[in-house]
Amino acid sequence: MASLWRYLLGGLGLAALLAGVLAVVYLTAPHAPQPSSDVGRSKTTANKLFVATFEPEKGVIRQGELESWLLTLNTVHGAPVEGAAITISGGMPQHKHGLPTSPQATDYLGAGRYRIDGVKFTMSGWWQLHFAISAAAGSDTVVFNVVL
Amino acid sequence: MSRFSSLLVLVVVAVLAGWGRPEFSDAERQTIASLALSRLPPLKPDTTNRFADVPAAAALGSTLFFDTGMSGDGTVSCSTCHKIDRQFQDDLPQAIGVGRTNRRTMPLAGVAHDPWFFWDGRRDSLWAQALTPLENPLEQAGNRAAFAHYIKARFGERYERIFGPLSDLSSVPANASPLGTDAEKAAWNAMPASQAEEVNRVFANIGKAIAAFERSIAPPQTRFDRFAIDVAAGAEPKGDAAFSPEEILGLKLFIGKANCVTCHNGPRFTDGSFHNTGVPPVAGLPPDRGRVDAVRQVEADPFNCFGAFRDGDASACRELRFMVKAGPELVRAYKTPSLRGAATRPPYMHAGQFSSLDEVVAHYSKAPASVEGTSEIHPLQLSDRERAALVAFLKTLAE
Repeated sequence: MASLWRYLLGGLGLAALLAGVLAVVYLTAPHAPQPSSDVGRSKTTANKLFVATFEPEKGVIRQGELESWLLTLNTVHGAPVEGAAITISGGMPQHKHGLPTSPQATDYLGAGRYRIDGVKFTMSGWWQLHFAISAAAGSDTVVFNVVL
Repeated sequence: MSRFSSLLVLVVVAVLAGWGRPEFSDAERQTIASLALSRLPPLKPDTTNRFADVPAAAALGSTLFFDTGMSGDGTVSCSTCHKIDRQFQDDLPQAIGVGRTNRRTMPLAGVAHDPWFFWDGRRDSLWAQALTPLENPLEQAGNRAAFAHYIKARFGERYERIFGPLSDLSSVPANASPLGTDAEKAAWNAMPASQAEEVNRVFANIGKAIAAFERSIAPPQTRFDRFAIDVAAGAEPKGDAAFSPEEILGLKLFIGKANCVTCHNGPRFTDGSFHNTGVPPVAGLPPDRGRVDAVRQVEADPFNCFGAFRDGDASACRELRFMVKAGPELVRAYKTPSLRGAATRPPYMHAGQFSSLDEVVAHYSKAPASVEGTSEIHPLQLSDRERAALVAFLKTLAE
């Protein structure tokens, strides 16, 4: 009887060891590249002309809804950028397709804030929005990642 | 010793019992919850159709929907293809109205939630959609002047109670339309502009009444929804809500490795958007390039949201305003269909290309290249068992 329990305990110990090994393998396995390190809503543009902030106008993102977002542009010294011409493109890098809509900068709301209307994220995953910005200070680009 | 051993037996039994139960990660649980019918938001008001939620308009729309008088030869109604006892579709690979069309009839449950209509989205409102088959020579094969006369003669009083007075149509030709035969086009072009506008207004109101009726067609709750409500609440599904191991495997594949949920998402199992998934064309049918041709059609439609017959203001036209108008992705892109009830309405795809769900799943597993444009899907290498499990899961959306 005692030896049976010894085998059973030994078996459980081996199972626990196997679980531990599997956990280590799973946790250290290479994963597909994720943009999780770069989902900031505020960043300096590629040529460091502007500081851009991109956020949903209503504060939350709702998948499948046509939404407006706000792009706020300041110079690196903190002055609001007025009269900027903005074009938007983007898509899902992992699916190799573009945006399901054509968002546009529709209104200037003052204090460097531009309404970007017509933004829709139809599926979960990693989306990218590319902004080309032209203003008195020059032209620059910035990319925002949005992960749903 | 005996207390210790009984405790150990209890632990082993509990572990073994746990293996038999559906186990989902938090992320899976969230995805399952997001697909439940209880998550479907209420229908938004359609400000472009101020009669959309007027009961008398829906009642007239329902009459018109089933009325074969709403066709050129008096034999075809909306319900000829959108059959009420068949999920408002007709089980045919391509719809047959007055003639044979090149597209599969779409079911109507929840249709009013869509931003775009038809397989290619060539209309931007439910009421503008309803007008299109009325004048298509292969569908109802009528013309708008004849429809205006018919409405006045047959439903004049009901119409006027909803939409206001009908003007005198006695000088309007019996048959006239900008889209009809040469004779109908000539008759249309000879009409004074004010008269053409009045006919167009009656025609638009026909669409608005039919749309008001169609807004009431909602998807029913399914076994999957009962299962999902329990899973979301952390409860164990009981009775018919409990899934078999095969159905659970199918669901896990659907929201996991098979990537179905990427496009078939939300409570209606559709992202409402357009995708090229390499579905082959049907030999003998006219060339069909999907969304890329529909973009121009919806822009040219006088009944679109920017047109003169929209109620309310242009703030309702954001889908049309921000529509993607060009790009290689639009080639042979078709709307993601809802999967609710799909298991009991073969054949599948925009021209009925596949006769069973097995064929559909096999297509997505193999992911062949598109004949034109680029397919967005990638080969999945699903085993026979996995493909069967996906089909078993899809059936829970039709039970």
